[in-house]
Amino acid sequence: MEEGDYLALLAGAWTTLAIALPAIAIGAPLGLALALIRWRKLRILDPIAAILVSLFRATPSVTLVLLVYYAVPQIGIQLAELPAAIVTLTLGTMAYTCEIWRGALLAFPKDQYDAAMALGMTSAKRFRLIVLPQIFRASLPALINEMTLLIKVTPAAAVIGLVEITRAAVRIGAETYQPLPPFMVGLVIYVFIIGCLVGLQRFFEHRQSRLAAA
Amino acid sequence: MMSGLTIVWQQRDVMLSGLATTLELSVIGAILAALLGAVIFAALIHRARPVRFAAIALVDAMRCVPFMLFCYLLYYGLPYAGLTMDNFTVGIVALSIYHASYMAELLRGAWKELPRDTIDAGTAFGFHGIGLLRIVLPPVFIAAVPMLGNQFIQIIKDSAFLVIIAVEELTYAANEIQATYYVPFASFVCAVLGYWTLCLIVEGGVRFFTEMTAARR
Repeated sequence: MEEGDYLALLAGAWTTLAIALPAIAIGAPLGLALALIRWRKLRILDPIAAILVSLFRATPSVTLVLLVYYAVPQIGIQLAELPAAIVTLTLGTMAYTCEIWRGALLAFPKDQYDAAMALGMTSAKRFRLIVLPQIFRASLPALINEMTLLIKVTPAAAVIGLVEITRAAVRIGAETYQPLPPFMVGLVIYVFIIGCLVGLQRFFEHRQSRLAAA
Repeated sequence: MMSGLTIVWQQRDVMLSGLATTLELSVIGAILAALLGAVIFAALIHRARPVRFAAIALVDAMRCVPFMLFCYLLYYGLPYAGLTMDNFTVGIVALSIYHASYMAELLRGAWKELPRDTIDAGTAFGFHGIGLLRIVLPPVFIAAVPMLGNQFIQIIKDSAFLVIIAVEELTYAANEIQATYYVPFASFVCAVLGYWTLCLIVEGGVRFFTEMTAARR
């Protein structure tokens, strides 16, 4: 492997993040919206949300990315590789984070909600000032854990031609006739990214248990 | 759209054989992963510190590796180690080794939650090693069933990655049909419905099992 190959792998790492970060940034709020629909048991919407979550939790990213990339243009919307990959992973993240948010909402102490209502807060204000900050803090470790899972499915984007870490490694291996070294370097990059996230998760978990103890 | 579905219906043998391969990969992979996971679990709770640390290092490392990269590593790496096998077998080996670490961690989680008295009674009677495992493993497995079910769903989903080493599973079949007849929507939607059905069956099975064990208690 030459210097250029290492740079190609780093460029791949950039693409991996360019898929994963927007996917969590869009998917987590969508998941929250679904969780709220399910929490408030909104008529008609609640079963639809439940079906969406069940469906996207069961769908492999590889299959979904192929569906989005090849089938969406058929209904007249042109999607490049990167947006197609982001849409795919957003749908999966939405489903998984919905369950995380829903767990936090179900565990939310009802008395605080009643107290806010007694103070005459509107429903929107109650949610924004009382509920959201607390469920966000409670869900943060699980959300970061979801990000590590997300990083691990980003290679699915390789099947539609995006050169993220894994595909970059495959290419270098094909050019140099030595497939193993680029995979090992790719592995190190993944371990670094996921290691950072796990460290972050432990930091927040630790802070939370300290806050709970105080 | 309708004509797409007609074409997929005409090619239903291809789709069904893909679905059967996915099922075969997942079931064999899950069973082997559970067995291997039990071995790693035994190492995770072993009395000897080096054994324990080695197992923790293995589990932590595996949790940082994307399954697809792991597949490629085995696919290209096994021949270097003098092992040549067909793609289907490589797929089974990849699924079972990769998910064994996750299974072991789930078993450890269930073990931590389990009441101590069975284990204490076992050690008090002088059981250790394999003998103790024979007492500990059944309740650990039963307690872990919901989590193991989730992992099984993860295995079903990960088996789709095997399309990259040309294992002829469900996604591969859908891709073949879409490439030949250009019916991407119908073929991939049918594949997604196939995965969904498998996952719903697993979820239903887990619910049946937990209700049954709860009723017997």
